[in-house]
Amino acid sequence: MTTEPFVFSDEQHLLRETVRDACQRAWPPEAVERTANGPWATKFWTTLASELGVVGLTVPETLGGLGAGVVDLTIVAEELGRVAAAAPMLGTTLATETLARVECETAATVLEPVAGGQRLAALVVTDDAGAWTPDRPATTARSEGDGWRIDGAARGVLDGAGADDLLVLSTTDEGIALMLVDGAADGVTRRAVDTMDLTRELADVTFTDAQATLLQVGPAVVDAVRGAADVATIVLAAEQLGGCQTMLDRTVEHARTHMQFGRPIGTFQAVRHRCADMLVATEHARSAVYHAAWAADVGIDDVAVAASLAHVVASQAHTEVSGGALQLHGGIGFTWEHPTHLYLKRAWSDATLLGGRAFHRARLAPLLEPPRA
Amino acid sequence: MTDTIGTDRRTGVVVDAEELVRDHPPAETGAVAFLGAQFDRGLAWVHFPTGRGGRGLPQGRQADVDRVLRASGAPDAFLRNPIGHGMAAPTVVVHGSDRLQERLLRPLFTGEELWAQLFSEPGAGSDLAGLATRAEWDGRVWRVTGQKVWTSLAQHARWALLVARTDPDVPKHKGLTYFVVDLHHPGVDVRPLRQLTGDAEFNEVYLDDVEIDDGWRLGEVGDGWRVAMTTLMSERKALGGRSSARGDGTIGDALRLWAQRPELRTPADEQHLLDLAVRAEAQRLTGWRHGAEQGDAPMGSRGAIDKVVGAELNQAVYDFCMRVLGVEATRYTHPGPDDPHTTPPADRSLTWKFLRSRANTIEGGTSEILRNIIGERLLGLPGDVRVDKDVPWRDVPRS
Repeated sequence: MTTEPFVFSDEQHLLRETVRDACQRAWPPEAVERTANGPWATKFWTTLASELGVVGLTVPETLGGLGAGVVDLTIVAEELGRVAAAAPMLGTTLATETLARVECETAATVLEPVAGGQRLAALVVTDDAGAWTPDRPATTARSEGDGWRIDGAARGVLDGAGADDLLVLSTTDEGIALMLVDGAADGVTRRAVDTMDLTRELADVTFTDAQATLLQVGPAVVDAVRGAADVATIVLAAEQLGGCQTMLDRTVEHARTHMQFGRPIGTFQAVRHRCADMLVATEHARSAVYHAAWAADVGIDDVAVAASLAHVVASQAHTEVSGGALQLHGGIGFTWEHPTHLYLKRAWSDATLLGGRAFHRARLAPLLEPPRA
Repeated sequence: MTDTIGTDRRTGVVVDAEELVRDHPPAETGAVAFLGAQFDRGLAWVHFPTGRGGRGLPQGRQADVDRVLRASGAPDAFLRNPIGHGMAAPTVVVHGSDRLQERLLRPLFTGEELWAQLFSEPGAGSDLAGLATRAEWDGRVWRVTGQKVWTSLAQHARWALLVARTDPDVPKHKGLTYFVVDLHHPGVDVRPLRQLTGDAEFNEVYLDDVEIDDGWRLGEVGDGWRVAMTTLMSERKALGGRSSARGDGTIGDALRLWAQRPELRTPADEQHLLDLAVRAEAQRLTGWRHGAEQGDAPMGSRGAIDKVVGAELNQAVYDFCMRVLGVEATRYTHPGPDDPHTTPPADRSLTWKFLRSRANTIEGGTSEILRNIIGERLLGLPGDVRVDKDVPWRDVPRS
């Protein structure tokens, strides 16, 4: 394993500035009413996709995308995370990355408008308890006439309620398959669930004899979903990194300016030391996220290990930093008007997504191997 | 900044390092001769000037050289002279005269002349600027009198970095001056200091009317605090950890124990070890990234992050080892203060390492001071309210 850290290019710095501008205009700090399915969120996504062209960044050029790297995608995600943007970034990443890995002409035609931001797609890969189960689909599909019919229920589908296309992992007689279902088809019921995190949309989806199109069947399907999930995991961790940075920045600003006992609270070591720990946590998240993105692009590390490490480190950092932010803001941090709650709720929700803590820790077993002498 | 992977500019030093290894095969070349050749080729510290062991390149390039040399089994200059390499050299190259650089750097790098650091005092540890050792100008030389403590390697060292008070009538940071002192000079008395591990790794150093020529001053008279900052920033970088591969360094001790002693395992310990391994990996990746992003800029305060995390992780790792080993870990033979240090620290028992790790959060800046530095310099938070700030050092209460 080579061990090269990476440095952002000038183009990547420019990408970051551009996305940051758009994010800060769309989601100013005082906007605490951020809901994933509001009109504002739709407008923001359209801006990102058609004006900035940063949705589906990693879709190969042969499929109509930009063929950019996971590092570029991570830059976008980090900026979205900074403002706690209510945007279907995770669902889209899961969908585009899966479709790009599936060998099927229909997949390519579904992919293009999703990468272009004209349509939304969601990957249905959780079970009826909301658990992450790529190798144990919660739905079954059977061949009927020219087409397929699908049954089953999945909970907690990322960006599922607003999706135009549902990519559904199903069990068939021929093995695990990826099916395409029109979100508006008969026999599909979708319910956006009320969640603690106001900024991320989750849906419970039920299929009752719904019409479906087969995209691909066989073991390669599970590999495609796993590969897509690794990229989505890195994107999720990058969003968390952005959240850490915002919470740290706001807390430091508060500690510099908020006066108690006749001096700024940042002069008290108890406050300053907690801020220092928040910086350390943020720096660790940054290192793990950038390393994972670089691993995905250049292969300097096992992507599954690097992605899970990013998930674990960023989740830990985000819960710790948003918790510290709430504490150091005092009572104001506990109010609805202050944005800290958006980040705190995201942090605890994010840590459960895409397999959650147990799944990602289990994939870190290679870290327990003793060093070679 | 551009992508540093696969660009031409790093090829030069890698090719030259490979040539160095070919011309001086480490297995057949003495360490002093090898390191001398490395210095002369400008591969000692590539960011130092030409003729001073370097070639004026960004500091990040050094890692490329070190990778080649480590793979070839070349001697490690840092381990042979940690204070010289990690603290003295960066200070001398920035603040020393041409004559001092010429005289000091090469034998420092080869390990022919070891270095120590005369900073801490019994009454001024974390409050370094409060130190009391006096240096007085008699019209011909500086005369130094005082007591220093926690001086690693002083019993073996030829040279030491010294901060002394030259003006007690101004506030504490303003009355300091920085020198290089010859430890062979009359008036220097080095006494081993036995520590809780039982051995005497550190020393007390008594300075009694020690003469120092003005040519051995670093920086201006009264500007010693600024020079000391160069040393301390470099120290934190050096203490922050130098491991490069996953599982290397302190965490490796815990991973080896876990692999070798399956009968001691519990499920809870396994989860705990995973937490430690994750922290170690995050720290390792952070050290790398800081190195890569640093480019030409000086290390600065970010070394404080690596140091505080590394020190606390060391303690957590050895706490873990002690718990896993249980009663076995309590068997320990305390060395005497005069026992020779024949076993390298890395090869000593886990119990010794546990005991030694208690110093990690004190030496080289306590974790409390480092968190202040992180808060003030990296985050821009206001500093402590300091009651001694504008008071002449002479009038500040001391214990």
